[in-house]
Amino acid sequence: MTDLFAARAQMAFSLGFHIIFAVVGVAMPLLMVIAEHLYRRSGDPEYLELAKRWSKGAAIMFAVGAVSGTVLSFELGLLWPTFMAYAGPIIGMPFSLEGFAFFFEAIFLGIYLYGWERVGPRAHLAAGVLVLLSGSASALFVVCANGWMNTPAGYSMVGGELVSVDLWAAMWNPAALVEGLHMLTASFAAVGFAVAGIHAAMLLRGARRSFHSRALAIALSVGGVFAFLSPLTGDLAAQQVAELQPLKLAAMEGLWEDEAGAPLLIGGLPDEEAEVTRYGIELPYALSLLATHDPHAEIRGIKSFPAEERPPIAVTHIAFQIMVACGTAMMLLAGFAGIQALRRRPIAAQPRLLRALVLASPLGVIAIEAGWTVTEVGRQPWIIYGVMRTAEAVTPMPGLIVPFTGFMVLYGVLGIAVVVLLRRQVFAAEPGPLVPPEAAGEAAGKAAGATAGEAAAVRGTDRGTDRGTDQGTARGAADGVLRQPSSEVDHGA
Amino acid sequence: MAPELLLAGVIATALVLYTLTAGADFGGGVWALFARGPRAEDERRVIGRAIAPIWEANHVWLILVIVLLFVGFPRAFAAITTALHIPLTLMLMGVVLRGSAFTFNAYDPKRGDGARRWSRVFAVSSLLTPVALGVTLGAVSGGFVPDPATGLVGTDFLRQWLGPYPFAVGLFTLALFVFLAAVYLVDEAEDPELKALFRRRALVSGGLCGVTALLAYVAAEGGAPQIREGLQGSSWALPLHLATGLAAVVALGALWTARDRLAKLAAMAQGALIVAGWCFAQYPYIAVPGYTIVGEAAPPDVLWPVLIALALGAVLLVPTLAYLFVVFKVRPAPAGEDDGH
Repeated sequence: MTDLFAARAQMAFSLGFHIIFAVVGVAMPLLMVIAEHLYRRSGDPEYLELAKRWSKGAAIMFAVGAVSGTVLSFELGLLWPTFMAYAGPIIGMPFSLEGFAFFFEAIFLGIYLYGWERVGPRAHLAAGVLVLLSGSASALFVVCANGWMNTPAGYSMVGGELVSVDLWAAMWNPAALVEGLHMLTASFAAVGFAVAGIHAAMLLRGARRSFHSRALAIALSVGGVFAFLSPLTGDLAAQQVAELQPLKLAAMEGLWEDEAGAPLLIGGLPDEEAEVTRYGIELPYALSLLATHDPHAEIRGIKSFPAEERPPIAVTHIAFQIMVACGTAMMLLAGFAGIQALRRRPIAAQPRLLRALVLASPLGVIAIEAGWTVTEVGRQPWIIYGVMRTAEAVTPMPGLIVPFTGFMVLYGVLGIAVVVLLRRQVFAAEPGPLVPPEAAGEAAGKAAGATAGEAAAVRGTDRGTDRGTDQGTARGAADGVLRQPSSEVDHGA
Repeated sequence: MAPELLLAGVIATALVLYTLTAGADFGGGVWALFARGPRAEDERRVIGRAIAPIWEANHVWLILVIVLLFVGFPRAFAAITTALHIPLTLMLMGVVLRGSAFTFNAYDPKRGDGARRWSRVFAVSSLLTPVALGVTLGAVSGGFVPDPATGLVGTDFLRQWLGPYPFAVGLFTLALFVFLAAVYLVDEAEDPELKALFRRRALVSGGLCGVTALLAYVAAEGGAPQIREGLQGSSWALPLHLATGLAAVVALGALWTARDRLAKLAAMAQGALIVAGWCFAQYPYIAVPGYTIVGEAAPPDVLWPVLIALALGAVLLVPTLAYLFVVFKVRPAPAGEDDGH
């Protein structure tokens, strides 16, 4: 493994790890705030319990996100000092603003997580909203800096010296806003689906239905709406790539020859030696249409670019296919669930839909990882597109396989620990033994036959009995640290 | 005033605030390592409660330092991250382990072996991270010269930091963080027995601060002559030493006589003066002797907009941070608040 490859691998791995926690940090506050708002409006204690339980899970993700983000800001210099010596000032504005956004996020998060009894109800909800806003702003700013690496703008250099910088133009480079919006919509979609999947799994296991169906409704609404918005922001991003990074577009599509009225390739395996892409399904004119909104537009193929400027084609193309496939599946599932909701069929009572939601749970995160692979691998061999090669930017430090391995091990352990803890949290707060899935399926099947009104009534009685069991069994299941649901009600009210 | 000096001042201020806030969070972790005996669990709980709501916000000062360094002084930043790759990587791993382990322990509903192990990881990483941070701070005080052939810093990746002076600064940093934490905890603990315990610890670690400061001062003769000279001969040196000494005496005296709020303020003044003194001694360099503030500064059309953004941000940030500390550090804890985290 060369040092350059080790550096790239460490950066990719650090980024890929951080992104999971970052998107949860961005999107989870929306779910928490919706639950808390519904509680304030309706007085339904299960919404309060939901907000609190979500915030406990989010707290773990936030902490790991904060420290793994710190690693990235140092790694920019540790791994790519020449890049930072060149670009540090130019991308200074988004990074400085991100620093502030992160400050506000951390401050209001502290108030949100630990201030339930210390600030008033309105201040608490406002803190949640501010976590949401500053988290989104923070993500947008960071992506602005990444956008600059893809479409550098706003500066001029003479003989390696910066002579003038327009920080605002550099920050709002052509890729910044479209890339940022796509990232934000994808974050909400991914987290909505991930959370919906967890609650769907709990419903299938026969866990307290009233509680988990409320959770599922919020998470799936958020995930579903954004699953429809993500392809729209993605379309904007793709048009921008078509215009300013035509080679990246060709790599995403596995398109080798220049073509007017280019087809869209679904699937397919690019062969970089033979310079063809095999086994794909072609949709005539669709690529030209999507990339430029003109079905007959000419799209440049990979072959029209010199070989030493091409990114790894197969990785870029396959990652793009994975992203689109995941996004499409999420959109279809969201559409189906939406129709069910409109026809007043409770989703919690449809085991097959619930199972689909469990399966779809990781799709958003996979799509985000794949999407970042497209953005970053598709930019190679450049670290600043068309300006500086990644190989020129890497640190002279030898033996980079050591820190790479170190971070792999560290993040591997942390990843496992997070999964174990989140599982524990989900189950620790679950009152009583869970009904085996078959029985739950039966019960759900019966409920599916009921009309909406009956279902609501069933839900009502469910809740009554559940609250009863809470008093008895939850106390044994959850110990010292976790607040009891029943005592939470007293505090909240 | 020159914008690069203003920005260097902002970085120094952020470093002071990081020491006073996040430094004490690390120090608290170290005290968790020393929690022994029948009250150990209570001790750890007081420490956890003190840190939990604020550590993530406190941590952001470090991010601000690093961002402003690469925005304002990009080549110096590249030189530091290149030559100090090893201690910085170790520090980062410490930062990651400390934050994650603290949270994993606090949010594990099963208070079993797993939670105890994370509590241990939290404490050990709280001990090691400040040393690595101190080593990097100590290391920038000497040996940074650009290689004329490559334009990058000349380094074998060891010599700038592998020496007695950086490690003496590492130990001093640890002692200072631990001292600050103990003094804050005296004020924040409600139980008289724990208060007395932290008071003893504050006095001991206050003494350690003095010893390690002396150690660093002696080691500076060979390792960082520029710093030593600044601390001896400059016009600001005597008033600074007097003020720092006065703050230290007041802090220890107030601890001894149980005036806890005063002790806290004096210890904060002492910590601020120490870091500020180091920054003054470091002036006019970012990294001694090849990288100066003026020589490495980004163009003014970068510095001014960033300074304006910082000023506008500060207008929002200061009251917000004040609110956070009032909610968790000034207002009394509401009755019945759980103390799990």
